[in-house]
Amino acid sequence: MSRLLAAVAVMAAVTLATRAAPFLLFSRKRPPAFLDYLQRYVPPVVMSLLVLSSFKDLPFRQSPWGIPALAGAAATALLHLWKRNVLLSIAGGTAIHMVLLRLM
Amino acid sequence: MEPTAARAPRLGTLAAAFRAGLPVLLGYTTIGFAFGLVLTGAGLPWWLSPLMALFVYAGAAQFMGVGLLASGAGVLEIGVLTLLMNARHAVYGLSMLGRYEGAGAWKPYLVFGLTDETYGLLTTVEPPEGSDRIRFYGLVTALNQLWWLAGCTAGAGLGAALPFDTAGLDFALTALFTVLLVEQLRVVRRAEPYLVALASGALALLLADSRDFLLVSLLAAAAMLSALRGRLDTDGNGR
Repeated sequence: MSRLLAAVAVMAAVTLATRAAPFLLFSRKRPPAFLDYLQRYVPPVVMSLLVLSSFKDLPFRQSPWGIPALAGAAATALLHLWKRNVLLSIAGGTAIHMVLLRLM
Repeated sequence: MEPTAARAPRLGTLAAAFRAGLPVLLGYTTIGFAFGLVLTGAGLPWWLSPLMALFVYAGAAQFMGVGLLASGAGVLEIGVLTLLMNARHAVYGLSMLGRYEGAGAWKPYLVFGLTDETYGLLTTVEPPEGSDRIRFYGLVTALNQLWWLAGCTAGAGLGAALPFDTAGLDFALTALFTVLLVEQLRVVRRAEPYLVALASGALALLLADSRDFLLVSLLAAAAMLSALRGRLDTDGNGR
């Protein structure tokens, strides 16, 4: 119980810190050019790494060879390229993943 | 009919904020609901779900936190991974500095509530003509959190009442990352950032323990991005 509350408190504080940092650091002066560069290219790198990290521990060498997750992610991406509806993409991809997980 | 006339703009701003946030209403109630189910499915108490929705209010980090808590991770590890996961929010703040200037009493809450979806919404919708811009931003942010709280609470309530087979439901988080990656691919149409991610990811897989993957790969990626600045910063991507 106290471990859960401590975890929530830490997560809340860290999340608020990431959101408040730019406002606290750059309320008076302009952000340096290097940060401007990073803010353009860090998001694509971070998103790619988060997707990779979701897949890194999959059991690719035994049944079902990671297929439910790969197919779910492919379905999510295709749905999103097609309809560009965040909810539909997430719900559709997750549904396909859950069905394959039970069938395979 | 003076009271009506006096109230109209306030109600008008709320109605406009509600309309602007409708896509987020659908998304947040559904993903929040899934989050509540995953949380109770992992054996955690249901009240943790509304508590996180109120005070953490970060979807991806909440999913990750549940996975870590269920696997017995320590509070320090949870803190470091939350920092890595949410560092992207600092990027949102950088581009909201101007919009939130002079926000007064609303500002702390606006900063607290700057989620992926709220950022996306506030950078694309315009406040209605003649309304208080900051009040509109504040109402959009507050309504978004209300939908998130409702979804997280309902999902956890149902998950606590009925035992569900939630295996695979946590894939919603992978799906969310996939969607955000597709959105990045539309905006940042250069190969280098993705190659940097692949290279730093491969490096972390080879050299580091699996649980340190994000930390090591992000550090490697930051070093590679710094080295590539001369090449990437000159012609940008249309900005």
